[in-house]
Amino acid sequence: MTRQDAFILSFRTVVSYRLRAILILLAMALGVAAVVVLTALGEGARRFVMNQFAALGTNLIIIIPGRSETAGGFIGALVGETPRDLTLDDAASLTALPGVRRFAPLNVGLSEISAGGLLREVTLAGSTASLIAIRRMRLAQGSFTADNGPNPAEAVLGAKIAHELFPQGNALGQRIRLGDRRFRVAGIFAMQGESMGINTDELVLIPIDHAQALFNTQSLFRIMVEAESRSAIEPTKKVIRAALKLRHDGEEDVTIIGQDAILATFDKILRALTLAVSGIAAISLAVAGILVMNVMLVAVSQRTTEIGLLKAIGATHTDIRNLFLLETLWLAVAGAVVGIILGYLGSLGLRLAYPQLPAYPPIWASLAAIATALVTGIAASILPASKAARLNPVLALSRR
Amino acid sequence: MIALTAISRIFTMGDQEVRALNNINLTIAPGAYVSVMGPSGSGKSTLLNLIGLLDQPTSGTYLLENIDVTSLSETDQARVRRERIGFIFQSFHLIPRLTAAENIELPLILDGIPSAERKKRVQAILQQTNLLERADHRPSELSGGQRQRVAIARATILNPAVLLADEPTGNLDHKTGAEVIALLENLHHQGTTIITVTHDREIGARAHRKIQMRDGEVVSDD
Repeated sequence: MTRQDAFILSFRTVVSYRLRAILILLAMALGVAAVVVLTALGEGARRFVMNQFAALGTNLIIIIPGRSETAGGFIGALVGETPRDLTLDDAASLTALPGVRRFAPLNVGLSEISAGGLLREVTLAGSTASLIAIRRMRLAQGSFTADNGPNPAEAVLGAKIAHELFPQGNALGQRIRLGDRRFRVAGIFAMQGESMGINTDELVLIPIDHAQALFNTQSLFRIMVEAESRSAIEPTKKVIRAALKLRHDGEEDVTIIGQDAILATFDKILRALTLAVSGIAAISLAVAGILVMNVMLVAVSQRTTEIGLLKAIGATHTDIRNLFLLETLWLAVAGAVVGIILGYLGSLGLRLAYPQLPAYPPIWASLAAIATALVTGIAASILPASKAARLNPVLALSRR
Repeated sequence: MIALTAISRIFTMGDQEVRALNNINLTIAPGAYVSVMGPSGSGKSTLLNLIGLLDQPTSGTYLLENIDVTSLSETDQARVRRERIGFIFQSFHLIPRLTAAENIELPLILDGIPSAERKKRVQAILQQTNLLERADHRPSELSGGQRQRVAIARATILNPAVLLADEPTGNLDHKTGAEVIALLENLHHQGTTIITVTHDREIGARAHRKIQMRDGEVVSDD
């Protein structure tokens, strides 16, 4: 039997058992679609988180005073064990370093804010104008021009703070009091909501020198640095480490974190999650495979006399095995194709329902789903097909 | 043409041995017209299956056209069945989802003959067997006689040397049975060796050589 004839003959058999074909195809298709949709969901979640990170600013390097050998070190560094402060002069020394596009020293603390008899507690950030560029913050009104200092006593209010203190919306230019110091409202942040735990709507930003005076400290909370490019992050980290070591009498007492390192960690976690989820979906494909095997075994016993007849008119073992293998192959291929279509439609539905979630199924997952469908389909048909090939023709033909 | 020497076929049923064929020696000349008769369980169907290479003897040798076919590989035996042997069954064994023409075409497909050539040969044999206007009907839409004619067309389309018929008229009424026998005898006149297993004395008597079997042995041969 030629290969072409085997393909045609097996295809016609598939088509002639319509209900059976549709049911198997559906089982296969649902398995494939499940893999595609679930990986799209996983990938969507990963991209969502990555986008959130990107909103923090790109090519970020964060310098934290103190050094700890453990991975979770910077929390400890936050609490204390700082042999030497990270100062504004340290920050200023970064200006000339290669690879550094801009940097912003940062102090963060809690303070009371009051204006016109209203009073509340706010998160207070002290920094320079560069912070706004580095962190991709947007001002709705006014401006913030602070540098390393000395600076005029000006503050930028989060949109929510501004609204609470000045409900009439005339916050710009007004006087406020932060702790025991007076500031003029120079700008108002645009509504941005929360991104990675920092809510600019409830933040107040003042120049770094005033923040240090307010918190009565010489030490910076951290320095945010923007490298010139993604590939510049690693060399720039080295340069900064060397420069600060030199300034700190040869002691390496700062922790430098690249944004890419954090990103890579999250990326890894979310990829693992996607893989796990798609693995679970692949189980449904395996179940479909067992269903196929079952149905094909039934088909072999239903068509026993037909197999006997084919042997009587001269079909070889190979012919009969191939016919049954191809029959399943057709079903698996059709199931995979329909499954991919369903999967992509499902992902489209997800994207329409949740526009923030970029749920695009990754190509590798689609290919893997197709491959799994074909492999399980063929694997599941080997047993029934060889059973058919081995049938004793005399017994097969004597059955009614 | 067919030479069986000391052929035995023993089935094991549980712990009991059944000798379906017991030391059969038989020679059938090319172009012969042979009937095999005998009661149920006499071994006549086993003999036919053995000649048709659907079954293997437990012992003995079988030469078909001077070739020891029992020692051939499975693939070669399949080729011999395809090209040298035609089978006709009591219950026709047509594939229900294929049309008459497609059922007849099957051996040609198995033999790897190109599609255009197949169509030509199928058309020719449909004409010979008077089935042209039934070509696109499925077996369920055919009468018993038509089904057996399709089966005969399928068995003979590759011009086999031997045509093996197992109760070819068993499911047919007398008139259509006679038509089928006439078709077989026509093939015999064209030189095909015909071996018919039957219960029907009248049909058995028409053969030129009549073999009687009982308990796996040939009891008369004339």
